[in-house]
Amino acid sequence: MKLSRKWLNEFIDLPITEVGDRAFAEAMSVSGSKVEATDDLTRSISGVICARVLSLEKHPDSDHMFVAQLDAGPHGVYQVVTGAWNVHQGDLVPLAVDGAHLPNGMAIRSGRLRGVESQGMLCSLKELNLTTHDFPEAEITAAAVLQDYHPLNPDKPSISSAIAPGDKIFGPVVAARVNAAIRSPRGMIVDLFSGDAEPLRVGTPCTNLHTGDLVALNTKSGTVCTLADLRAEQAEFPHCIPDGIFVFPVELTPGAELSAFLGYDDHIVDFEITPNRPDCLCMLGLAREAAVTFSKPLHLHTPVVRADAGGEIGDLVKITIEEPSLCRRYTARMVKNVKIAPSPAWMRERIRAAGMRPINNLVDITNYVMLEYGQPMHAFDFSCVKNAEIRVRLAKPGESIKTLDGTDRPLSTSMLCICDTDRPVGVAGVMGGENSEIVGDTAMVLFESANFDGASIRRTATALGMRTDASSRYEKGLDPENTLKAVQRACELVELLGAGEVVEGIIDAYPSPVPETVLHLDPEKINRLLGTDLTVPAMLKILQDLGFSADTATPDNPIIHVPSWRADVVHYSDLAEEVARFYGYNNIPTRFTSGAASAGGFSPEQQCENRVGEVCRSLGMDEIITYSFISPSAYDRIRLPADSPLRNSLKILNPLGEDTSVMRTTILPSMLEILTRNYNYRNPSANFYEIGRTYHPRPDGLADEPKTLSLGAYGPNMNFYKVKGWAETILSSLGISGARFVADAENPSYHPGRCADILVSGETIGVLGQIHPRVMRNYSSDFEAFCAQLSFDALFRLRGATPVFKPLPRFPAVSRDIAVVCPAEVPAGDMVEVIKKAGGMKLVECRVFDVYQGHHIEAGKKSVAFSLSMRSDDGTLTDADADEIVKNVLKALKESFSAEIR
Amino acid sequence: MREMMQNMREAALKAILESEDVDSLESLRVRYLGKKGELTGILRQMGKLSAEERPRMGQLANQLRAELETALEQRRAALKEALLEARLREEALDVTLPGTPAVLGHKHPMYNVLDQIKSIFLSMGFEIVDGPEVELAEYNFTKLNIEESHPSRDWTDTFYFTPDSRVLLRTQTSPMQIHAMETKPLPIRMIAPGRVYRKDEVDATHSPMFHQIEGMVIDKGVTMSDLKATLNLVVEKIYGKGTVTRFRPHHFPFTEPSCELDIQCHKCGGRGCPTCKGEGWIEVLGAGMVHPKVLAGCGIDPDVYSGWAFGMGLERLAMGEYKITDLRLIFENDVRFLEQF
Repeated sequence: MKLSRKWLNEFIDLPITEVGDRAFAEAMSVSGSKVEATDDLTRSISGVICARVLSLEKHPDSDHMFVAQLDAGPHGVYQVVTGAWNVHQGDLVPLAVDGAHLPNGMAIRSGRLRGVESQGMLCSLKELNLTTHDFPEAEITAAAVLQDYHPLNPDKPSISSAIAPGDKIFGPVVAARVNAAIRSPRGMIVDLFSGDAEPLRVGTPCTNLHTGDLVALNTKSGTVCTLADLRAEQAEFPHCIPDGIFVFPVELTPGAELSAFLGYDDHIVDFEITPNRPDCLCMLGLAREAAVTFSKPLHLHTPVVRADAGGEIGDLVKITIEEPSLCRRYTARMVKNVKIAPSPAWMRERIRAAGMRPINNLVDITNYVMLEYGQPMHAFDFSCVKNAEIRVRLAKPGESIKTLDGTDRPLSTSMLCICDTDRPVGVAGVMGGENSEIVGDTAMVLFESANFDGASIRRTATALGMRTDASSRYEKGLDPENTLKAVQRACELVELLGAGEVVEGIIDAYPSPVPETVLHLDPEKINRLLGTDLTVPAMLKILQDLGFSADTATPDNPIIHVPSWRADVVHYSDLAEEVARFYGYNNIPTRFTSGAASAGGFSPEQQCENRVGEVCRSLGMDEIITYSFISPSAYDRIRLPADSPLRNSLKILNPLGEDTSVMRTTILPSMLEILTRNYNYRNPSANFYEIGRTYHPRPDGLADEPKTLSLGAYGPNMNFYKVKGWAETILSSLGISGARFVADAENPSYHPGRCADILVSGETIGVLGQIHPRVMRNYSSDFEAFCAQLSFDALFRLRGATPVFKPLPRFPAVSRDIAVVCPAEVPAGDMVEVIKKAGGMKLVECRVFDVYQGHHIEAGKKSVAFSLSMRSDDGTLTDADADEIVKNVLKALKESFSAEIR
Repeated sequence: MREMMQNMREAALKAILESEDVDSLESLRVRYLGKKGELTGILRQMGKLSAEERPRMGQLANQLRAELETALEQRRAALKEALLEARLREEALDVTLPGTPAVLGHKHPMYNVLDQIKSIFLSMGFEIVDGPEVELAEYNFTKLNIEESHPSRDWTDTFYFTPDSRVLLRTQTSPMQIHAMETKPLPIRMIAPGRVYRKDEVDATHSPMFHQIEGMVIDKGVTMSDLKATLNLVVEKIYGKGTVTRFRPHHFPFTEPSCELDIQCHKCGGRGCPTCKGEGWIEVLGAGMVHPKVLAGCGIDPDVYSGWAFGMGLERLAMGEYKITDLRLIFENDVRFLEQF
């Protein structure tokens, strides 16, 4: 919501000199109306003054530029070169002098243009960041000046370059020379010579004419032809453009500063209004907040309507609300003898300050009232309302409407429409229909000031993709008591502007008035919520300033009547907020008044998660965060079988896109996506971990959301045993011993010969290995990626207890290395298990240190070397003891695997 | 004989001092003091001496032996030191060469920030709770006093799993307030960080998945004073001592009164600059007193208990902390990004 400080002064006496931009923003923000930005318009323009054109001469070295001498009053006389053709001697124009800067960002410097000194620039509307909506009188109509003619096809000109006055162009149109040209209030008066003895004097709205110009004269209508009249394209007359210098439509003093005249003397404050405060989406609402914030009286105005047009609205129109739940109130008034014209400058300026575009007096009045009162209004051309009847109803199947923006919009049967007897003439609360638009010859206008259901308007606006100034207000729920005041204000403005005559009477359909909200003011409850010690009178003062009224028959516990525009106040806590806002949130004491001492701390599960993270990082892995949703095609990419239960994932019914449409049941695709991305970014290696959730549908519609530890890596030093080592380290760091790694050739996502399931106490808690090359191909990659997924919940559940100290060994260990030859397919892990069993208590460690196949080893066999470490707690082991253990080990290896000592 | 000893002494001392290594020193010892050494040779001639002279010569010989042994020892020690010095010189390294790299992984920057916040609240006696992301509309909206027609419930804003809008991806961590109030014994002091989801297209400041931290205190006699005191403390711990804060009225359906907490822009000191978009203040979090209706809805008597709650976005905090300019970097997980933190 944009607020003009100039306009605000109409409601409260708060000049900018008293409360500057920063102070205003700060005070309003901390009282609850957050200021997003302040635009000090006075800074957007400087050095632009009013000047009168003293004389105008052709530039000696240009066929389209002029050299103007300008009287700038006390600033003296300026010489400026201009390319604009619509300027004439005596015109008042905006002159940007040396050092000026313009709202469009231009900085003006004196200089020379084709050798002629130019001491500044004459400004167009555009250069002043204005349009003809802001200054309708500045509209420029361009005549087709024949010496500017540039044929599209030089070989086939439509107009001969040798054309002379009196030569026929087509039909009644002949060439004519401008013998004299003078300014008139509505354009120019020119004397035209077309071969006749007597020149013809005609008036024209075209202002780009100068003595000596050749023009096209329509001898039948006696008018000077424009480009459109000649059906010419702009490119054929490049300098005859509907653009030019802003020639002031009113008398101004040469030398005067122009920022006020142009509307650049305001400060525009942009507020972020929370959705519970639609009452602040207008001048009046913000003025009320500002009045209380700055302790100023609020000047309210009650509209007065003369309504002297004769007639009675009840006799002219019938209004029916067919959907009272969606339209709580419909208030209407009628205006006759409408005279469509531009609205006055002050109104246009205020509409522009609010970020809207002035259109014409009637439309501007509806917008002005919306900005002032917060009540959206609509004006129908009543002659287009068939059978003089308005019905507020839902759209019928198949109905559509062309809205004011010129778009055809099919309507659905849930959309509330304003209709006549035959068809919709407006989408309620969103936008009017083109079929009843106010146009130049509109004579009778019906003003609508209605209250619609916010949610319905919002749904309609969203469905139609058109959030308008009206719908964005309606959707938050407006005050039904406001419709009458607003329509009165609109009619008052019609009379003030002379835009028409108001018909007697008001139609006010309000089937079930909204009851007033009444609350008890319980000061204790409020103080208890705020931590304050405020008295009842202090609270009442704030509430009454805000428009609440109080019934103080019970002075300790007064009854509060909530004003109709504060539908957000329904509970004592809402009153507490009102009190707090103006007592000042920042004046509420800052202290700890309560709290039984409580001991915070990480839960065992959180500690476990922290520990896993620490270990992963100390192993060199970086933590990643991936999206919880994936593409359903990810399951194909990781080659899940068609009947895999993991394909049963929760599906988002309204996803952003296919890629983020299902909740992952496995975390592997997320890791592979990130690994691939890093590889494609040409990062030579990557080591990642994530503790992330997966989502598994439950019968109740919700999900089990277990956490998985996901590891993933690639790079020159990466291999299967490294990722296995990570898994082993993580397990041991959690005190989980006895994990077994069992080859898994069946996991479709992993390399069949490089994949192991991780088992603890017979339970599979994870998998690790190299990703299947076919999976990598599905990710358009061919590098070797190594991953592991471990159930975090299992890790947490299986984690070891706090370690118990074991005495350090008192006797030295004896070590023996043995190497055996066995069939190549025997897993070394199985051999280690056999060795440990055969070695007994005294074998404290068995480590594989070499596996060899090839030279000297029979084909199909391999040599595996173990390092055994033996020790007794009772004394130093003798060689004989050690030999005995080794003997048992070799025997067991032979029995289990036909392994022979090498 | 005395003369012989004298000559030997001079020659030996000279040789010892001139010896360059331990080996030659050892051969000097053998030569002069060994069993077949020169001193022994001289002493063998003792028999030729008179009985009076013999003890005197014996004494002299012993003195000489002791003197030479000392000299040998000193020389040996000196040579050893010199040897060490030489080795040290030899072992000198180019200390400017790089150290052997040790690979240490990095915590994700956002979780760095989260950990900082967790530890602040843990130190104040809060516990950390976790809850479901696939959530009921009942918890995400209804019990939080968010009306049926509220725009945030729209299918254009929230991800849904069921056509009746019953099950959704939580759009905020606030349903954790309800879960905590329904299941935890009073009083409650908790924070609940986690993932939340909204239907926003990915760009430099939006992501369909992001993170929030919810916090709540429910106890007897809790007031807005407590809210202010606690959050001021938290903000000081995050942004440094002396950080200027302001509490500004705001609107959340599940708190009343509601507020937003701004900190004064650290870059411009509140004068207004591009960092704070000219406002002088940077919005940090939203908070408020738990709405009495919400308390009552969770079976807590609002006449006995009151509470306050807050919620803040983690991404924006991390982006501010590390001056990260694009939200997409956070979920892109590029090694070159992750390794900076």
